[in-house]
Amino acid sequence: MQVQFKLNGRNIAEETEANETLLDFLREKINVTSVKKGCDEGDCGACTILLNGKPVRSCLLLAVQMREGDEVTTVEGLGQPGQLSEIQEAFMEKYGFQCGFCTPGMILTAKALLDENPRPTVEEIKDQFEGNLCRCTGYEQIIESVLRAAELRARRP
Amino acid sequence: MEAEVRPLPKVEYMAPSSLKEACHLLKEYQSKARLLAGGTDLIPKMKKRAITAEIIIDLNRIPGLSGIEIRGDRLHIRGLTRLAEIKESPLVKEKAPALAQAIGLMASPPIRNRATIAGNLCTASPAADTAPPLLVLDALVKMESIRGERIVPLAEFFLGPEKTVKRPDEILTEVIIPVQEGNSAFMKLGRRKAFTLAVVSAAAFARTRKGKFEEVRVALGAVAPIPMRGRKVEEALKGSEVNEQKIVQAAERVREEVSPITDVRASAEYRKDMSYVLTKRILEQVGGRG
Repeated sequence: MQVQFKLNGRNIAEETEANETLLDFLREKINVTSVKKGCDEGDCGACTILLNGKPVRSCLLLAVQMREGDEVTTVEGLGQPGQLSEIQEAFMEKYGFQCGFCTPGMILTAKALLDENPRPTVEEIKDQFEGNLCRCTGYEQIIESVLRAAELRARRP
Repeated sequence: MEAEVRPLPKVEYMAPSSLKEACHLLKEYQSKARLLAGGTDLIPKMKKRAITAEIIIDLNRIPGLSGIEIRGDRLHIRGLTRLAEIKESPLVKEKAPALAQAIGLMASPPIRNRATIAGNLCTASPAADTAPPLLVLDALVKMESIRGERIVPLAEFFLGPEKTVKRPDEILTEVIIPVQEGNSAFMKLGRRKAFTLAVVSAAAFARTRKGKFEEVRVALGAVAPIPMRGRKVEEALKGSEVNEQKIVQAAERVREEVSPITDVRASAEYRKDMSYVLTKRILEQVGGRG
């Protein structure tokens, strides 16, 4: 069956099977490999995407559930090499990653938070990141990155 | 040991556009089909082969299955309402604070953005965190099928782990909470602060008058085969003065009521002790002391 939705502003129309998760669909069919497969059961947060602006697990959605009008955002939709978003700049500046596997999920989670709450407290950041695991345990730097991203965004003209 | 996560097995997907159509499909396929609401429980369980289904009936395209509103003296939460929406709802925060508190301690924000209240109840985990608050609020659940609809008290809904009175052709479409004067609260003990399942959870509702418990209800999670009311505690406390001694005496009775098991999260003995501690603390909180 065919599925249609918007991915990072571009229209997607592609064949899928009922047992294909959105995660596998994005990685295998669309070649969007920033979305990582970690636990594949909703616990780790590496496969986080934004669905209509809200962070959700792509491993717990079926691709076939997407409808026309649904907007999926991955880090490819945030910035490109040479013109990174403030959040990406902040993660680089504050060393918000080590191995990088959790980073796309962390960055998208940060975007969802900052879009709703431009100046979050450390506690609010911790709450929002409850479901994103970093096996390198670089949480302090991730929190600093989000705080820095909030500053950079506030300076946006 | 945890079962291995594998790719989803082959399955047929149906997305009805009305509740009536969904009821007909469910009637036709019954146990061959599983309903897909948030998918946060169904999909991992299918990947682990803990649930088998030939057909997935996706309820997400049916208009009107989610939303929160007050009608008369009842708060209605439609079955497919996402936990995140319930947690943020000013109506729920005001009329059923224990439920909003419980959801704030469930899973993680991305899971709460998908998981639904009907899903949490129908999964019927003994540790389902929406259940204790709803039990103390005397909530009712509405189930619909092609035969019509029925409403049952949540206290009669759970039969055992993953077992409820919902028949194979029924869909849980609404949670109904009577709006009542009083205080409600929820508390959870997990193995860590965030993103954790309950070792023990407790909710309480109380209305006090002139320093006495006029109405008091207690419920616990993860300490019996089903989320349960602490009826003996309630009996011991109703009409009595709101003071520490009375609360301690009443809370002690919870030990006679719970029947916890030992599992990976805690031992039965620890759960029994903590049932007492959480019952005492939550009663102090809703009684306006401590």
